[in-house]
Amino acid sequence: MSPSVRLQEMIRVIRSARTQGEERGVIQRECAAIRAQFRQGDNGSRSHNLAKLLYVHMLGYPAHFGQMECVRLIASPRYNEKRIGYLGAMMLLDEKQDASLLITNSIKNDLSHSSQYVQSLALCTLACMGSAEMCRDLAPEIERLLRASNSYIKKKAALCAVHIVRKVPELGELFTPSARSLLSEKNHGVLHGAVVLITELCERNLDTLDQCRKAVPELVQIMKGLVMSGYSPEHNVAGISDPFLQVRILRLLRILGRNNDTASDAMNDLLAQVATNTDSSKTAGSAVLYETVLTIMDIKSESGLRVLAVNILGRFLLNNDRNIRYVSMTSLQKIVQTDHNAVQRHRGTIVDCLKDQDASVQRRALELSLALVSAVNIRSLMKELLLFLSSCPLELRANTTSGIFLAADRYAPSQRWHIDTILHVLTTAGGDVRDETVPNLIQLITTASDLHSYTVHKLYRALVADIQQQSLVQVACWCIGEYGDLLMKGECEETEPVQVTEDDVLDALETVLQSHMSSPATRAFALTATMKLSTRITNNVDRIRSIVSIYGSCIDVELQQRAVEYNALFKKYDHMRAAVLERMPVIDKNSPGHINGDFTAGVKESELVKVKQVEADRPQETNQACDLLGLLGDSDQPWQPSPAQPTTAPSSASTNMGGDLLDLLGGLDPIPAPAVTVYEKNGLSIKLQCDKKMDTGVTVTFTASNSSDNDISSFTLQVAVPKSVQLQMKAPSGDVIPAQGAGHVIQTVLLNNPNKVNLKMRVRVQYSKQGSVCQDMLQIDSLPTPALQ
Amino acid sequence: MIKAILIFNNHGKPRLSKFYEHYSEDTEQQIIRETFHLVSKRDENVCNFLEGGILIGGSDNKLIYRHYATLYFVFCVDSSESELGILDLIQVFVETLDKCFENVCELDLIFHVDKVHNILGEMVMGGMVLETNMNEIITQVDSQNKMEKSEAGIAGAPARAVSAVKNMNLPEMPKNINIGDISIKVPNMPSFK
Repeated sequence: MSPSVRLQEMIRVIRSARTQGEERGVIQRECAAIRAQFRQGDNGSRSHNLAKLLYVHMLGYPAHFGQMECVRLIASPRYNEKRIGYLGAMMLLDEKQDASLLITNSIKNDLSHSSQYVQSLALCTLACMGSAEMCRDLAPEIERLLRASNSYIKKKAALCAVHIVRKVPELGELFTPSARSLLSEKNHGVLHGAVVLITELCERNLDTLDQCRKAVPELVQIMKGLVMSGYSPEHNVAGISDPFLQVRILRLLRILGRNNDTASDAMNDLLAQVATNTDSSKTAGSAVLYETVLTIMDIKSESGLRVLAVNILGRFLLNNDRNIRYVSMTSLQKIVQTDHNAVQRHRGTIVDCLKDQDASVQRRALELSLALVSAVNIRSLMKELLLFLSSCPLELRANTTSGIFLAADRYAPSQRWHIDTILHVLTTAGGDVRDETVPNLIQLITTASDLHSYTVHKLYRALVADIQQQSLVQVACWCIGEYGDLLMKGECEETEPVQVTEDDVLDALETVLQSHMSSPATRAFALTATMKLSTRITNNVDRIRSIVSIYGSCIDVELQQRAVEYNALFKKYDHMRAAVLERMPVIDKNSPGHINGDFTAGVKESELVKVKQVEADRPQETNQACDLLGLLGDSDQPWQPSPAQPTTAPSSASTNMGGDLLDLLGGLDPIPAPAVTVYEKNGLSIKLQCDKKMDTGVTVTFTASNSSDNDISSFTLQVAVPKSVQLQMKAPSGDVIPAQGAGHVIQTVLLNNPNKVNLKMRVRVQYSKQGSVCQDMLQIDSLPTPALQ
Repeated sequence: MIKAILIFNNHGKPRLSKFYEHYSEDTEQQIIRETFHLVSKRDENVCNFLEGGILIGGSDNKLIYRHYATLYFVFCVDSSESELGILDLIQVFVETLDKCFENVCELDLIFHVDKVHNILGEMVMGGMVLETNMNEIITQVDSQNKMEKSEAGIAGAPARAVSAVKNMNLPEMPKNINIGDISIKVPNMPSFK
């Protein structure tokens, strides 16, 4: 019986199974029968069984026991069996299986078979699943076939060569000469294969690219023939003569003409001809035109041609066929970087595409719109984008929000507009924004000091309306905590003020605290905000105390810790409460509290302390700089004050040195250099330790300890180094040094010394002890050499 | 490069699955299911291009599909292929199938999977487009089929005749005609010289 009938019977039986379980049973029975037959059967039935097995495999059932059968069938002399064997090899085997090595020899023999169909089977299988070893073994055979065989085999050999080059790039040189000679073939299939092969070779190897540039005139000739020839029935697709080949040649011309003037010149005429002569009413014509446009934009073409190309794309955009609109937007995306103005002309159409019902078109339009945002069109474009946000499909929301934020960040015309935009986004799609949005927005609000009352009014209204959007609620809580007094004063110029009492505000915050919709981070925000209000309101301090003490026994550890600390603030440290809870200073964009995306209340206290350092240091920084310079007036090298605050985030690795050192810090494990005591006075002693990380970089660690009876607090270190040396100060481990050597503060400083000058440092120490502020300066003339070079 | 060619029906049952990159069997089935979910949600008059699902490579790969009656033809390609070109390729593929099977329908694809694989093998090889000329493809496929038939040889002929008769739709000739309790047996016709 011929194989198909058996297969058909089995298929019929499987299809008649009514349930999944029945089907599984049928297939298991069949597989068992197949396995038994494989073990004892003859070659004839083997092929039928393998055909059945392949069908079963397509449905998703395991079929690995057929692998050895494939090998046996491939070795058989009969065409039928070889065919099924090779098909099985392509579907069941891959380079990871051991059985694939066994077919190498069979393939080798079949490649020199007398029948071209057997040769083609072997070529097909090699191209589909050939591993690197197989490719290396058989490459010479393929090369021979490329040169001396009929066109049917030549085209298959060409594509097989492409696969070989992908797997083993070194073999590319073997195929280059034959590939070039194939370009003179008449058969379109062979031409197609040759062009693909040359494309692959040129993409991988620059020398080949240079060699193949000489083939540009030949390619231009072929294209001209295709475009100008009349109707040829065999290659005709919708009126265009072999559009597949045209597209491939255009792509190759693009690669050859990139960054090369002579090649680009040779192509200019041809491209103009193709662009004007091709009929784009059908998809085939559009495909060729689209490829032409991409080529024109990529090579060094003359300006007239570029204008023509952008116009063609604009025409595509207005086309009714969605496919063509999609494709033109993809290509506009590629050229928006280089020809920004040309694309801007089509902005209106692109923005209209945002309203299309097709999700793919919307996605493309969104990306393109975001790329087209500029300072000029930001307002109108943002309106459209916000409108889009309210109606866009869910999968695009995250992209849209982050795109809107980036655009607003770069081109915001005013701070109020910026804040408004972000608030709008948060109300519409608060659930899809990134985590950094909350700290970014807070930082923005603090810098816009004249808009505080406006912001807090808007946020209060939004909070009262809806407490579902977590990011919005977090920002609102923070603002109410900070600027609650402005809210309750009830006056605001930019927007209608809200008449609200302290109770209302506390009610709102309590709702957030108690709501099951609030995440733990949000509740932490609300609790801290409530606490901050205790200094800003007068009547309901008791209510706040009771709220705070309730949360002292909350299950959430974070909240509980906060509440207990705030309780302590009420009870034991009431005198410090006002100072601790006063208005936060403007947050620097690089401060640790800013970059730390997890901006929970837990970070607040350490940040308060660090920010206090910033506050203390800032007004004095300029003075100190002048002082340092003044004091060092006699030194031969001009000094540079420490540019970075002690609170610079370690993650701002904008300096290369910082990055390098951070990289090396993981790998190296040097013997710690001896620590040298550089300062000792009043019980405070500072030790210095150097680690040389690379030729020009040094890490200096200051360790400060306190042997006196009193604690040292507000301890800060500042460092000045010679001008050519770059300095980066890491955050200190703290600023309180407990008495009697109970603990110490460690400050790390990274130095980069590219000019290898002698490293000197001047260090200013400042601290307060027993209520009085002390300041001292020490000079370090040479750093101790580390143990490890 | 073409990563995969899938044909499945409106309910997601695979009719042909050819992968040009290696995935494990489970992953292959998951890819088929995921692709079906993505493609079946599409409206009738939207464009034929989709971002690929996560399993098959995410946003680097595109799914280019066409819906014919009960079947979806999906080609999963990466960015080096021209999208409109692949759309045309699907059309050429379907027209070739039509010529080979004479008014092809889903049942043809179900019962002759190996033949469909052979035709596809003449068009796409190793993930790259091999031949796009319909006549050329059909010529090759025909000569290969002839070779197969000639190999099956004389022994194969009666088997084919039997299967041909089996599949013939003859009107049923009842052997026994029961009219009430009279039973008339149809006599065997004598053979003529």
